[in-house]
Amino acid sequence: MFPELNSLLNTTPAGVEQGKMTLLCDAKTDGSFLVHHFLSFYLKANCKVCFVALVQSFSHYNIVGQKLGVSLTMARERGQLIFLEGLKSSVDVFFQAQEEPHPLQFLREASAGNLEPLYQFVREALRPVDDGEATWKCPVLLVDDLSVLLSLGLGAVAVLDFIHYCRATVCQELKGNVVALVHDSGDAEDEENNILLYGLSHQSHLILRAEGLATGFCKDVHGQLRILWRRPSKPTARQDQSLTYQYKIQDRSVSFFAKGMSPAVL
Amino acid sequence: MVGEMSAPPLSPGGGGAVGLDVIRGRRSRSGCQSEMLDSLLASGGGLVLLRDSVEWEGRGLLKALIKKSALCGEQVHVLGCEVSEEEFREGFDSCVNSRLIYHDLFRDPLNWSKTGETSPGGPLGVLRAMCRRKDPGPATIALDSLSWLLLHLPCTTLCQILHALSHQNSYPGDSSPVKQVHVLGLLHEEIHGPGLLGALSNLAQTEVTLGGAMGQASAHLLFRKPQQHPTYQTSWFSILPDFSLDLQEGPPLGPQHHSDLHTSLVDPMTHLTFNLHLSKEEKEAKDSLILPFQFSSEKQQVLLCPGPGQATSRIFYEPDAYDDLDQEDPDDDLDI
Repeated sequence: MFPELNSLLNTTPAGVEQGKMTLLCDAKTDGSFLVHHFLSFYLKANCKVCFVALVQSFSHYNIVGQKLGVSLTMARERGQLIFLEGLKSSVDVFFQAQEEPHPLQFLREASAGNLEPLYQFVREALRPVDDGEATWKCPVLLVDDLSVLLSLGLGAVAVLDFIHYCRATVCQELKGNVVALVHDSGDAEDEENNILLYGLSHQSHLILRAEGLATGFCKDVHGQLRILWRRPSKPTARQDQSLTYQYKIQDRSVSFFAKGMSPAVL
Repeated sequence: MVGEMSAPPLSPGGGGAVGLDVIRGRRSRSGCQSEMLDSLLASGGGLVLLRDSVEWEGRGLLKALIKKSALCGEQVHVLGCEVSEEEFREGFDSCVNSRLIYHDLFRDPLNWSKTGETSPGGPLGVLRAMCRRKDPGPATIALDSLSWLLLHLPCTTLCQILHALSHQNSYPGDSSPVKQVHVLGLLHEEIHGPGLLGALSNLAQTEVTLGGAMGQASAHLLFRKPQQHPTYQTSWFSILPDFSLDLQEGPPLGPQHHSDLHTSLVDPMTHLTFNLHLSKEEKEAKDSLILPFQFSSEKQQVLLCPGPGQATSRIFYEPDAYDDLDQEDPDDDLDI
């Protein structure tokens, strides 16, 4: 996890808010550093994490996780991490006979599918297990990423329904958190992606939006992060809950600074 | 009770119920907190469309309207699709909560849990049941949210149901009085295209578009009354923790206001150490100057026909030993 991002978001692994949905969004840049941050953050916070990883392999996340101080292999072995490796298990849909529907069963369906099997997988993975062993703090669902589901042929409404059910189960019933990454293509004509992005934004409590700089690529400033807090439990007098920072990604950390205050410039 | 009875009624004739006069009296005070809510829940019923965005949420205003209706004695039916019942009821006192009936479409709208708790017919069935409601008395139906319903139901069906809901008049042959139903619909406008938004807009008697500036929320209201011009109104407000509304003056105008006050017409050339002005002759000479790369017809003639000035320039050429002196002009074949 990145300590500077923790202080911007005012969280620590010791005091994790529960029942929240966080939306990670990237536009014209790669926002996967946010996924690595939240994965290592919740593992360090002793939460049970179900990671639906559709974009990269397990070893990729493991290598990055080791740089950030967590071992995914060990977390998986002790039952803290349930990892659905989309790249590997999607092949199983076709080549292995399944008694129950595979989480990625929609890949096999000719007509527009839904994500009910994936939801049942998540529900089963994060179900509180009462076997006397060490109990984890709160369940967390992490999805990387949701836009790839649109590319695989699902409709935006199917993905929204999946996240709706995950919120109802993970956030509301189990008092856990949901974190999902979605890409903003910036294409106004991509209606499905817009429906997905705005539909998710309205469901979220916290939106982190990583944007590339409007002026183009820069060696010292890799992008801009906009943080928007929404849906407070009680309405507050001021609704302006938005902050913007610029960032630079280094090997093991990400440094954040106010706009125009990059150390390279000062 | 609705409010204090001390305000004098505006209309001396005193027509109408006493309660209505109290509301009119309260409206006369500037900055009255319930003025905006009153205008939205005006008599006659109909669809009130609350258009919100990611940055400016509408659920707070929806809850404020629900609280107002409940305190006026109306029964409130909430079709909750986006938040849980627990979260929706949070912040309401017991008086409001007792009048609030929550139809839960959040927990299991598509029957994925197979527990049998989902109402048969799904969201459409719940809506149709609301249309057939036979309870007397005014009521408010809150749809949280219309966007969710639009994504899961065909637009035409939903529009028909909305029309039926907001015009729950007496059936032919029925002697019961006309039921006044307010339908409050929360709509996330970024999700939908202009066609859908236009269709819903045409159905609505009142439209509230939420926005804001500098941390202050605003509501741009559009009232459509039959056989009248639509009226517009903009209000700045904030919602208090108990979901009552507080009207504001508007955000401080900010830096642009100050710059208007302090800038005056200053000629920037008064304090320079060099002269930027042109005298009349200099201006004329400047205007009549032909630019060197502007190809006018005079320039073309000057170039083509060597004039008296051309004889003064000469080219001195010393050919090298290996130079190929070809007297043929390579441009001969060009037709100028």
